Amino acid sequence: MSNNERSLELEEIALKPLVKPGLGYNIGLASLAVVVAVGVLFYAGQLWKGLSVTGMQNQVFWGLYITTFVYFIGISLAGTLVSAILRLSGQHWQSPVSRIAEVITGSALIGALLMVVIDMGRPERLLNIFIHGRIQSPLLWDVIAVNTYLFGSLLYLYIPMIPDLALCRDKLGESVSPIRQKIYRLLALGWQNTPEQKERLEKVIGIMSVVIIPAGIAVHSVTAWIFGMTLRSGWDTTILAPYFVVSAFFSGVAMVIVAMAIFRKAFGLEKYLTVDHFKKLGWLLIAMGLVYGYFNFAELLTEAYKVKGHELEFLSMFFTGRFSMLFWLFFLDCILLPVFLMVWPTTRNITGITIAGVLVVIGVWFKRYIFVIPTLSLANTPTYFDSAPYRASLPELSITMIGLAGFALLIALFFRFFPAIPVWEIANEWDKESAEISSINSVRLGKFKGGAK
Amino acid sequence: MNKKVPRRQFITGACKLLAAGLAAPLGSLVVQGNRSLAASGEKSWPEIWDGKQWGFVVDTHKCIGCGRCVKACKQENKVPMDDEVYRTWVERYVETSDGVSIDSPNGGLNFPPLEEGGEKQFFAPKLCNQCEKPPCVQVCPVGATYRTGDGVILVDEKRCVGCRYCIQACPYGARFLHPETHVADKCTWCYHRVLRGMKPACVTVCPAGARKFGNLGDHNSEVAEIIETNRVRGLKPEKGTKPRVFYVGLDEVVM
Repeated sequence: MSNNERSLELEEIALKPLVKPGLGYNIGLASLAVVVAVGVLFYAGQLWKGLSVTGMQNQVFWGLYITTFVYFIGISLAGTLVSAILRLSGQHWQSPVSRIAEVITGSALIGALLMVVIDMGRPERLLNIFIHGRIQSPLLWDVIAVNTYLFGSLLYLYIPMIPDLALCRDKLGESVSPIRQKIYRLLALGWQNTPEQKERLEKVIGIMSVVIIPAGIAVHSVTAWIFGMTLRSGWDTTILAPYFVVSAFFSGVAMVIVAMAIFRKAFGLEKYLTVDHFKKLGWLLIAMGLVYGYFNFAELLTEAYKVKGHELEFLSMFFTGRFSMLFWLFFLDCILLPVFLMVWPTTRNITGITIAGVLVVIGVWFKRYIFVIPTLSLANTPTYFDSAPYRASLPELSITMIGLAGFALLIALFFRFFPAIPVWEIANEWDKESAEISSINSVRLGKFKGGAK
Repeated sequence: MNKKVPRRQFITGACKLLAAGLAAPLGSLVVQGNRSLAASGEKSWPEIWDGKQWGFVVDTHKCIGCGRCVKACKQENKVPMDDEVYRTWVERYVETSDGVSIDSPNGGLNFPPLEEGGEKQFFAPKLCNQCEKPPCVQVCPVGATYRTGDGVILVDEKRCVGCRYCIQACPYGARFLHPETHVADKCTWCYHRVLRGMKPACVTVCPAGARKFGNLGDHNSEVAEIIETNRVRGLKPEKGTKPRVFYVGLDEVVM
């Protein structure tokens, strides 16, 4: 099959969901929307009555909302890793996955900001953070870092999409509504696929992929420091920032694997998202998981050896106490099982790796939970000794689902209107490959000629 | 389509835009600063503070655990009586051969009598320590919590966004989210009374004289005299917060 035919087929497959998505997709979208709508109803109740509708109390005053916020921040590193770091390291296999990864990043960051606003006691005063913001508060560092990263990520999502938007403009035509045609035309910025435009685009993408990395690392470090800059057992540790970065890579890769598996099936992209992509991301997942496991070990050992201050109380909550089940399950679910699924050749296939991804995506949320809650459960004052342990309330759960379901909804909606795989980048790779092959051939021929002299 | 903007023109334009973007918030800050100065009335704040530095002394030998301070505080400061939130509270420590048991039911509002006496038992009233180096002020993202010139930490309940970061920052557990205003709340040493020359409500109602309040800077004040002539210490000195509540006869087990 010639490159031209391959490209035409690719365009057709990539654009199909934009015109007529499948039934399964619509059902999925509708059910997510219902979950979000129910959550919004409960949130109206929270606005009315205050945070007392949640299970949070004086002592454990951060609960599911902040857990989910930290979780989303972690997930958001997916885009940076897959589409920036791998690009810079000269990998080419990741280009079909890069858009999914970037959309995960954008949606996760929007989810994170949403969770913060939901968690505020007075959300109507949100603007105070910008009007009266004080730079010595780690919370403000996070506001700056998250917004910078969100802006950068959206830009980094948009710029490589311009040729595909031009494709939508040229190919979709009458099959979509006039408004959408107009939007595609506007967003395509007059892209004509000229060599000059292509060269500039590649240059900008190259620069952006360098710029976005420090922004991504900053977001995770700063989020870690919200906790690390405090005087509390379990948070007051210097390892926290690198620990967050690694766990972010870990959960981000897992989320990309899960999203890849879903959209591969939903949009029929089997040809472009192959088992090879799953394997490569799978190894990356395992590598990150092992480093994360090592960081956990290093941190716990240094604390458990000295047992200063509240550490004994704190650590026994994990090893044998209230949070021990979640703690040990995490190592089984997020480190041991994925390693096993990846290392054993029989399960090293799309199903096995997707299961590993799902395990990590779920497991990391619970790890965030046992990062936030136990530290707060250690009472600073005996007044709160007798208060009941934190347990999330039903409204709180439902409101948290606004974030989690909304995140999935945002991603799904995005791919309803924009192609899930970067058509032009894949076609570009093909062109480069065939150019390389022909140049290699000509070099060989030249040698041959020389030898025959 | 091919119209090119010269690089120099682009950079100057971008710089102008940036300058305009920065000028707007900075300008509004200046305007705001002027307004708040004008609003403070005839006497300026430094004149009102007059070099005073407030301090608080708790004598744990004297406290009888009656809980009147807890009740008076809740009434004076509109802290809901039935909610488990307290601006001041009293803890009971009972040391036996098995170790120490600590409790504070209802913040010590009405201690039930002890069933069996321990070897050593006492009460420890707690309240905001009005730290010289307050971690809560340091972490507030909007400057809603601040330290006055006479050494009292206050919360601007009109500015607080309710993020609860200050609540986790306080090593003494003195802060809480007010169930009705949905903003951070804590003991202010009844600053509204202090400004009018009165003592905090808990000091006024204490029948045993376990709570003392006064100007640390004035050597003739009661609190200064107690601190200068007794062995006193603050809570959790290892946190480096320099608390301004001084305890007489504080036992090691008090946390």
